[in-house]
Amino acid sequence: MSQLQDKYKQLIDAANASGISNLQINEQDNVLHIDGDAPDGASKDKLWDIYGKIDPDFRAGDVLMNVNVSVSAGTKAKVTTDSTNLNIRQGPGTDQPIVGKAAHGEIVTLQSKTNDQWWLIKTDGGVEGYAYAQYLSPQ
Amino acid sequence: MKISKILLAVFLSASVLFFSCKPKDSDVQAKITEKFAATPECSGASASVTDGVATLTGQVKDDACKNMAENTAKDIKGVKSVVNDLTTTPPPPPPAPAVNPDSELTKGVTDATKDFPTVTAAVNNGEITLTGSIKRADLQKLMQTLNTLKPKKINNQLTIK
Repeated sequence: MSQLQDKYKQLIDAANASGISNLQINEQDNVLHIDGDAPDGASKDKLWDIYGKIDPDFRAGDVLMNVNVSVSAGTKAKVTTDSTNLNIRQGPGTDQPIVGKAAHGEIVTLQSKTNDQWWLIKTDGGVEGYAYAQYLSPQ
Repeated sequence: MKISKILLAVFLSASVLFFSCKPKDSDVQAKITEKFAATPECSGASASVTDGVATLTGQVKDDACKNMAENTAKDIKGVKSVVNDLTTTPPPPPPAPAVNPDSELTKGVTDATKDFPTVTAAVNNGEITLTGSIKRADLQKLMQTLNTLKPKKINNQLTIK
């Protein structure tokens, strides 16, 4: 076992035990890459908690954990901004014009996943557009 | 005196008989080779036998094949012991993790840091370098998003408040 895999053994073990699908653990240029799809938000949070315990300031720069919650069209997601409204945009990018807003705590419906950062969503009010996935928690 | 001579003669003839019963190394080796040829798992393994000791060399698929070859050799009559010098083929390296080009990373970083005005992010050669400052409560949130952008590395030089 490499030094890196030894350092992050707890994280790798947890990833293996959490039902992460398409799990891939690779090392490249002294960075440990952990990729996969988490069955739910709790599994993903658990992995980040473990990672945060091993490297509390995320300072070492030796892990890239790209584990995302697998969602499909029709999934309901809650807007989990700090307190503000979530911008809904015409395209996937902050340079795109804002076409509407979803309130903090509002439930929206996922239409499709453009990438791991931008999801096409629709509000109950009928506004459709792209929102930043970081602020959406699949229900 | 006479008795001891008889005993010696008996002993000598017994030992000759005993040794003549013992399979020849070359025959044992041929047997092992034959068995290996008939066992797909043992493909790549070969044996040489000296004084009943079979030494296995070559490269087989994995540890299970290595053990199987050893047991196969042990089962051959005339093999006293097995020296297992077989090596296993290392598994193929996993596919290299995908890294996004700088142009895509720059766009992703711009979006990710939009709500963190005190954070400055630079992209160079696949690496994201963060400078400035951030609240501890926001650090993990930002890191989670940056980790999804598929960079080569993230250098976190942020002052954590």
